[in-house]
Amino acid sequence: MKKSIAIIAALAALALPMSAQAHRAWLAPTSTSLSGTDAWVGFDAGMSNGVFIPDHAAMNLAGLVITAPDGSTVAPENMGRARYRSTFDLHLTQQGTYRVANVMGGVIVSYKQGGEQKRWRGSEAEMAANIPADATDVVATRNNSRIETFVTLGATSTTALAPTGQGIELVPVTHPNDLVAGEAATFKLVRDGQPAADLEVTIARGGTRYRDNPEEITVRTGADGAFTVTWPQPGMYWVNASVRIPAQGQQLAYNAQYNGVVEVLP
Amino acid sequence: MRPLTLAASAAALGTFAAPAMAADLNVTVTVPQQTGAAYHRPYVALWIERAGAGQAAATPVRTLAVWYEVSNVAEGKDWLKDMRTWWRGLGRGMTLPADGVSSATKAPGRHTVSIPAARLRDLPAGNYSVVVEAARELGGREVVRVPFVWGRANTAQGTGRTELGAVSVAVTR
Repeated sequence: MKKSIAIIAALAALALPMSAQAHRAWLAPTSTSLSGTDAWVGFDAGMSNGVFIPDHAAMNLAGLVITAPDGSTVAPENMGRARYRSTFDLHLTQQGTYRVANVMGGVIVSYKQGGEQKRWRGSEAEMAANIPADATDVVATRNNSRIETFVTLGATSTTALAPTGQGIELVPVTHPNDLVAGEAATFKLVRDGQPAADLEVTIARGGTRYRDNPEEITVRTGADGAFTVTWPQPGMYWVNASVRIPAQGQQLAYNAQYNGVVEVLP
Repeated sequence: MRPLTLAASAAALGTFAAPAMAADLNVTVTVPQQTGAAYHRPYVALWIERAGAGQAAATPVRTLAVWYEVSNVAEGKDWLKDMRTWWRGLGRGMTLPADGVSSATKAPGRHTVSIPAARLRDLPAGNYSVVVEAARELGGREVVRVPFVWGRANTAQGTGRTELGAVSVAVTR
């Protein structure tokens, strides 16, 4: 029940300017590996060309879902929206790994009515009732976007990382809070719960303002959806993959995007 | 250099008979003097790492000692993560404080940790390292590895350059 409400709320979040889609969406934590009985982590969320450089647009966090180590959903605190970044805090009170994700989905329909270009957003179920009968040039696209990161208090755990089966998701082989420079890490990408084979993955390290070479890494997933990256340096890394499937018969066109952030320690 | 030579000669001896004989492990760590106004004693972790064979990486085996602000019950553990290598390998899986392992931070000087044979009786003979990691508030972090052999009397030395001084390991009969 709660989930469906969250999804409806997330649909409103799709009201992003199209121009923002060309920019990179990132949800970046202030720390990823913590010790103690409890801890606080801050998050910045924005869209910009340089990852983690807030200079373009703040992120709408209507689809924010924080999953605690025990699998329960917990609330963010101190939510705020600045010009170029949205921020919030998470109070970690459980030992283990939290998944912090801004998930948006739904259908975008563009059509013409009486020569006028129109657009409708909503859920696939409500689509038929909301597109006028005299609409022409109807183009409907199903969208799913996941923008996420992971933080761990104490020992790593995987309960919160269980895939939901919607959109592109990252399934750990290497735990995303167990990453060290010079070591290889392997993750599996799944799309709607199935291995996302032969997908291009872009990996970008933050701090591009202080160097000339973007030093991006591109890898492809194998048949099982897995990819491996050897982290060249410590830093905060953005991991991106997307799928565009054209419409086929009754099947709507489908765009799915994954934007994860992981920290690599020295 | 010396520890490397030692490790090589130990490897040349081939396999060791397990379990190890009754022996104590003594580790002496020098916490160096630091200049600067804002000095805080470092957090230090000492642990045993099993040497990697062939392509396999070394594996952390057991924490011997953790020096941290034990008296600060509310926040003392918040900076254990700054000993990154230990935290990842062993620390984050532990419950602290732990008897015989955790104690207060140490002042600059030489400090010896003696691990009685009884605590290591289930450690198979073979090639290991003692790893010492120090992390200091407003300071740096350093890791020193000293390879040693468990299964016969031997000594080995290593040294840090910034956050740690001399580290010596002695396995005594």
